[in-house]
Amino acid sequence: MKIEGKQNIWKEYQKEIAEDHFFYVRSCVRQNFFPGSEKTFLRILQYELKKDLFENPSHTTCSGIGYHTDIIPFETSMTMVARQFALMTEAGYENLVTSCITSFGLYSEVLETWHHFPELEEKTRQFLRKATGREFKKPANVSHASDIIFKFRKEIAEKSKYSLVNKDTGKPLRVVEHIGCHYSKMFPSKGIGGAEYPYVLVGMIEDWGGEVIDYPERRHCCGFGFRQYLVQANRGFSISCSKKKFDSMEPYKPDMILTNCPGCPMFLDRWQYAISEMEGKTYGENNQGIPVLTYEELAGLVLGYNPWDLGLQVHQVPAEPLLDKMGIPYDPEMKFRGADGQDLGKPEAPTTLKFYAKEV
Amino acid sequence: MSKTAIIIGGGTAGMETASQLARLGVEVDLIEKQPHLGGHLKNWDRLFPNRRNSDEVFDYLEKGMNDGISLHLNAEISNIRKSEEKFTIALQDGKELQSDALVIATGYEVFDARKKEEYGYGIYDNVITSVELEEFFRSNKQKNLLEGVASKRIGIIHCVGSRDEKAGNLYCSKLCCVTGVKQAIEIKELMPDAEIFCFYMDLRMFDRHFEEMYYEAQEKWGIQFIRGRLSEASENTDHTLLVKVEDTLTGLPLKMKVDLLILLVGFVPSPETRRLAAMLGLKEGDDRFLCPADEHTITNSTEIPGVFLAGTVKGPAGIANTITDARATAIQVADYLK
Repeated sequence: MKIEGKQNIWKEYQKEIAEDHFFYVRSCVRQNFFPGSEKTFLRILQYELKKDLFENPSHTTCSGIGYHTDIIPFETSMTMVARQFALMTEAGYENLVTSCITSFGLYSEVLETWHHFPELEEKTRQFLRKATGREFKKPANVSHASDIIFKFRKEIAEKSKYSLVNKDTGKPLRVVEHIGCHYSKMFPSKGIGGAEYPYVLVGMIEDWGGEVIDYPERRHCCGFGFRQYLVQANRGFSISCSKKKFDSMEPYKPDMILTNCPGCPMFLDRWQYAISEMEGKTYGENNQGIPVLTYEELAGLVLGYNPWDLGLQVHQVPAEPLLDKMGIPYDPEMKFRGADGQDLGKPEAPTTLKFYAKEV
Repeated sequence: MSKTAIIIGGGTAGMETASQLARLGVEVDLIEKQPHLGGHLKNWDRLFPNRRNSDEVFDYLEKGMNDGISLHLNAEISNIRKSEEKFTIALQDGKELQSDALVIATGYEVFDARKKEEYGYGIYDNVITSVELEEFFRSNKQKNLLEGVASKRIGIIHCVGSRDEKAGNLYCSKLCCVTGVKQAIEIKELMPDAEIFCFYMDLRMFDRHFEEMYYEAQEKWGIQFIRGRLSEASENTDHTLLVKVEDTLTGLPLKMKVDLLILLVGFVPSPETRRLAAMLGLKEGDDRFLCPADEHTITNSTEIPGVFLAGTVKGPAGIANTITDARATAIQVADYLK
């Protein structure tokens, strides 16, 4: 492996990321999958980095999942995207930040379509006007939230309380990174580092002290792949995709997996449990699996936020082995307690995957 | 007073055009930016289809560098002017040359394989190009290509940067297919126990004896040809490569481990060809190679009187065709200078 080769490619794929004044659009699914991530993004931007960020509760789905599963026509998607732009315009913002990778892909696709086919933009404006009476300006900058964290990764490193270093050995933690397909596989030039050797997560890992693992199935699908999961009969494809990745990364002994998509962490996390139940096979050390984190969760850990405020208790693969390696203190008793300290009850332990440090 | 011609580019086309023009009594200035003549021919070890040593062809071309040809090596052109039927070329060292005719023979360069990012050239240790393999053949003939590697499984990837919309090159580079077959046979000669897999889209064995080479590769050497384009290569822990290909004859995806991956890089117009074309206002085709005045009947002249084309500035071509083309250019130039 020649790192200079990768660095040359990374130089090719740089993108403009806005500095401040963001209009933030949330994901439909992330608040169920990884409920602390979006809140952590807001906390980092507003309280750590002192950035101006606005969100409008009238924001709806971008329709991306419906579009990519062929149940929503593109004209409808374009009109819904146009409505989000109208909300942004009405609020006086022009830098759009999406939480979801599929939204990022869809917004990019719509803008690119309008660029090449201006008549479709005009048609969409008419649809929106007729349906809602709204008008919009196109965003000056569209970034994914991971682009923003990437941009400010060094500031986060400066404020960090913990790093991706094994506190016992002093060695960098070994991290598998996986980007969402709709981040740069649709438009390589819109992702930091392009599609083949994306740099957006690598940059965070390196600046926060870790080491990136390159493994043969690095580019392989996480297992979501939309129809692979959404069509129930195809779910065997979904889990076998994830398994292929785990089998490929296992010899490199990763300490964690870092992701920037709603789907990737969901499937890379939950399927580890499913594989353990189906085949008795676990990955990672001591049958504990390989922890899978979103970039917001990792940024929060680096900044010293309480792991249970980040929502790590809803992960199927326990994050505790990672917390132990990073030297992050946590109270196991508080893992399944609500904000007011109320006991929420403990989930049943899986058969093989070691979910609790001490079996309950 | 005899007529004069300036030939830009001292590769196969430039050398042969110069030689033929000198023979026809034209005074020639041959400009080459490298310190030596021969162009890409100097990088090739043996030539298809008969695998003769490329030095023999170079020796033939060099014998034509006789009286009447002034060589300008290490010469970079800074400017070209045309006035009253004369061309004036300013070289970067301050020298000026004048002529009645101008021949562009600045040729091609090979596709930069780094642009096919997913193949990992320049990133993975064991991904090389067909040009690097020729360099190996030229300098390390007695050595095993994969010293100390037990399995010696080698993948050869056709059409790298050719017939590839994503790479911006829709055209076929024509000669990579036969180069791949030639190199596969040469590797087998060097390493009889190597397993070689050629991954191709079509095998375009268009010229004399090419098809026979393809048969020989299969029947005598056991080289395997799999119809399918490489989708990606990744590196394993032991620096071997994992390749993913769709076998389009069986319709199945294929994944295999190889010790070495050789990329058959295609032709692209050289930057110098494009720079001179812009300087002179010559027409480029969609493929960025230069357009002759007529694609069928006036293939060596351009729309600018006195400016001629020779060799691979007009598109991919092998040595034999380049030499033939250079001779045709020489006749056209001589005719123009009458």
